[in-house]
Amino acid sequence: MKRISFKLNFVLTTLFVIGTGFFLLWVSNSFGGYWPRIITLMGIYGIMAVSYTLVNGVTGIFSLGHAGFIAIGAYTAALLTLPIQQKAMSFFIEPLIWPLNSIQMGFLPATIIGGLVAAFAAFLVGYPSLRVTGDYFAIATFGFAEIIRIVIQNSYNITNGSLGLKSIPPYTTIWWAWGWLLVTVIVIGSLKFSSYGRALRAMSEDTVAARAMGIDVFKHQLISFVVSGFFAGIGGALYAHWLTTIDPRPTSLGIMLTFFVLIMIVIGGLGSISGAVLGAIFFAFFAQWLRIVESPMNFFGINIPGIPGMSMLIFAIIFILIMLFRRKGIMGKDELSWQYIYNYFSKKAGDQD
Amino acid sequence: MSSSNLIQDIINGLLLGGLYALIAIGYTMVYGILRLINFAHGDILMWGVYFALYAVVALSMPWWIAFVIGIALAGLLGFTVEKVAYKPLRSAPRISSLITAIGMSFFLESLAVVVWGGIPKSFNIYPKFFNRTLIFGHVRIQMLTFFILGVTFILLLAVLWLLYRTNTGTAMRAIATDIPTTSLMGANVNNIISLTFIIGSMLAATSGIMWAMRYPQVQPYMGFVPGMKAFIAAVIGGIGSVPGALVGGFLLGMTEIIVVGLFPNLAGYRDAFAYVILIVLLMFRPTGIFRVYSEQKV
Amino acid sequence: MIKIKGKDAAKKEVLKLENLTIRFGGLTAVDSFNGYLNKGELIGLIGPNGAGKTTIFNMITGIYKPTFGTITFNGINITGIKPQITTHLGIARTFQNIRLFSEMSVLENVMTAEHSWLQNYKAKKILHAHNPSEFPKPHWKPWFWSAVLKTPDYLKVERKMKSYAHDLLKEVGLDKYAHLKASALPYGPQRKLEIARALATKPSLLLLDEPAAGMNGQETQELLEFIENIREKFSLTILLIEHDMKFVMKICERIYVLDYGKIIAHGVPKEIQSDKKVIEAYLGDESYV
Repeated sequence: MKRISFKLNFVLTTLFVIGTGFFLLWVSNSFGGYWPRIITLMGIYGIMAVSYTLVNGVTGIFSLGHAGFIAIGAYTAALLTLPIQQKAMSFFIEPLIWPLNSIQMGFLPATIIGGLVAAFAAFLVGYPSLRVTGDYFAIATFGFAEIIRIVIQNSYNITNGSLGLKSIPPYTTIWWAWGWLLVTVIVIGSLKFSSYGRALRAMSEDTVAARAMGIDVFKHQLISFVVSGFFAGIGGALYAHWLTTIDPRPTSLGIMLTFFVLIMIVIGGLGSISGAVLGAIFFAFFAQWLRIVESPMNFFGINIPGIPGMSMLIFAIIFILIMLFRRKGIMGKDELSWQYIYNYFSKKAGDQD
Repeated sequence: MSSSNLIQDIINGLLLGGLYALIAIGYTMVYGILRLINFAHGDILMWGVYFALYAVVALSMPWWIAFVIGIALAGLLGFTVEKVAYKPLRSAPRISSLITAIGMSFFLESLAVVVWGGIPKSFNIYPKFFNRTLIFGHVRIQMLTFFILGVTFILLLAVLWLLYRTNTGTAMRAIATDIPTTSLMGANVNNIISLTFIIGSMLAATSGIMWAMRYPQVQPYMGFVPGMKAFIAAVIGGIGSVPGALVGGFLLGMTEIIVVGLFPNLAGYRDAFAYVILIVLLMFRPTGIFRVYSEQKV
Repeated sequence: MIKIKGKDAAKKEVLKLENLTIRFGGLTAVDSFNGYLNKGELIGLIGPNGAGKTTIFNMITGIYKPTFGTITFNGINITGIKPQITTHLGIARTFQNIRLFSEMSVLENVMTAEHSWLQNYKAKKILHAHNPSEFPKPHWKPWFWSAVLKTPDYLKVERKMKSYAHDLLKEVGLDKYAHLKASALPYGPQRKLEIARALATKPSLLLLDEPAAGMNGQETQELLEFIENIREKFSLTILLIEHDMKFVMKICERIYVLDYGKIIAHGVPKEIQSDKKVIEAYLGDESYV
């Protein structure tokens, strides 16, 4: 089998990134309405999914706490970009504490701080949780995410409690979302394909053997969890400035969001970065497309009433069918590399001979 | 806090604890046999409540027949869920079953939104007699409380009798320790697993219906939080152990009520207690009160 | 705490086990085991199933912490040190029931073990504290960031890992399978790969847990030569657990016989073959002879 050289790989990938850039430019200029917004959301979901698959797929520990870190990134960044007068207006139950009430900064530093705070939270959550394994870890991280949500809900002088934050400036453009997605894919991809990535993949298969090969399993799991937390926070910051309104209900930044991201990475294939991006694109696209099912239709003069909740039901069915019949999802643990595409087509050609 | 408040709190704590315990039994039995956290357990509970509500509102059945139908249908639903979603994955990695269980929970909730609508419904289908209040000095107790405590108590005894005094129960407990050996001994593993799901689901639905009588609002996500807490109760008691689930359930219910009673300003954090207890427990004694599983051998 | 013994106390002794005892609940799995391995030796550890052989491996590598007793490796007390650090100090092992990373390629399996090259700071510190003149003070490097940012420093190490892994695979005759999934290999080569993977951590002491299990006569003969070969080439000291008596008698210089957690005999193969206790406990069983 021919192996594609590093040089060719690099050239093709650069061309692909530039091509994607032009495609996004075309979309944002020539489409009105909601499509630029949906494509922005695809980028945001991509960041959340790629960071989630690093933990749940590559490292092979099953976290259910992703929404907690997304929420922390979202709230941190939003509190930093909201205009000071706006904050004074929204916090009418209890005033916002100093120094948050007198800070306003640009989108980029706010996003990065959002990511860093989320990463720190991931460290605090991961350190105790990683002492337990398997489904206990899943429940512990879920518990922490719920605790984060409940604390947000009750901290009126920091997060405005259950009222949430409104009128967040709509800074998140296609370029921010897809630019950050590119950064996320490069960093997590570089991590996956390094000596550390090999260690993570080895641990996901057999922790005892990994330890015997000199890998500090706890330390590596924690590193992976913190990196994932950082990008979840970035995703959250972008999400907040896309939504422009955030609140701590379970259906917005709670377990529901973790479910959604889980669906994306299960569709894409647990452990595959390109799969996670594909899953995110698929999810955002179909969630929009399936709205048609939920709205009333006039079909040859017959009125069909919309069925609310139908789109989520369809996703749930897809999710279960994948788990039952194609557990690898789209990509399995592989990456959609040029080598993968080359192998795929040369195998096809080989079949015809 | 006065003594009458304390008595009131203890009664409320027992009530809540009993409801948790009934749900927790299903969790702990399923985990004991399949090592699977059945995330959909709370949603089966929710479906049981909707079935009962539908039987009264749309089919105008008497309330007690509706309750029995709701509970029975929940048992059937639990049976179906296991056959369709969990059985094919029995030999798959455990994490796959866990993900499927999460998907099942999501499916049952979405289906409920489509079938019953997302708007909360009122559960006022039981006789007004239950709302009558008895007054003992400063302590006021609803008839409903006696009803719930009584039903809970009888069901818990029935479950313990089934597990420890019947052949079926012995088979269930045997399977929990070792599936291959038990099937060699002639017990039909599939039947026992199905039975476990049916019993667990029916107990959960009973608890759910009483939950709805007590907090009379029904909506598609109502099962999730009680389900998660019941799971935590099962972990507290030592997952896999039915007596452990009972103790864990009562302990959790009591803690939630008493802590809020003592520190009223923590009321907003009430739902977080369970998770805090869980995390502390997992750090220091992951096997729970009744140690059932020891660590894996290298 | 790591206690350091006088450095001349055990110059040639690579491994020394003193009164090694472990209890699980009420069961004493290993009872006051005393033994030693000199540099370059190939020692066998035999005994009926459940005698506690693998448990001794698990204590040496740090997976289990002994209830009593001390383990001294190259003069350093390593009792209770974590498994990853014992590996960095130079103890590598294989498993009774092959534990490869089956979804990863053959090459990646070996390279995973080479990750320890970046991770041995703590072990180097222990060595430095033990003998500052021989082991220089280590410098901590932010390898994680180098790996993510792909710095020249890291890329150099990565290249070295790859070429060393290829060399090792050539050594064990698996280089033609380098890009195959480990699970796709037949049984014999899987055993060899597990040994190659252990060698990639650059050990001085190799623990082999039933390397000949499931092999036929021909394969066992090959394995015998293979082990002799790597012992020379990598100047290893080897401790091996084995059931195949012929194999053990042929290859080992000394043998410890374990039964119910206790040593019942110790000596050169000839002595063991004629030892009454051993014959009673073990060799009396026809299937093993």
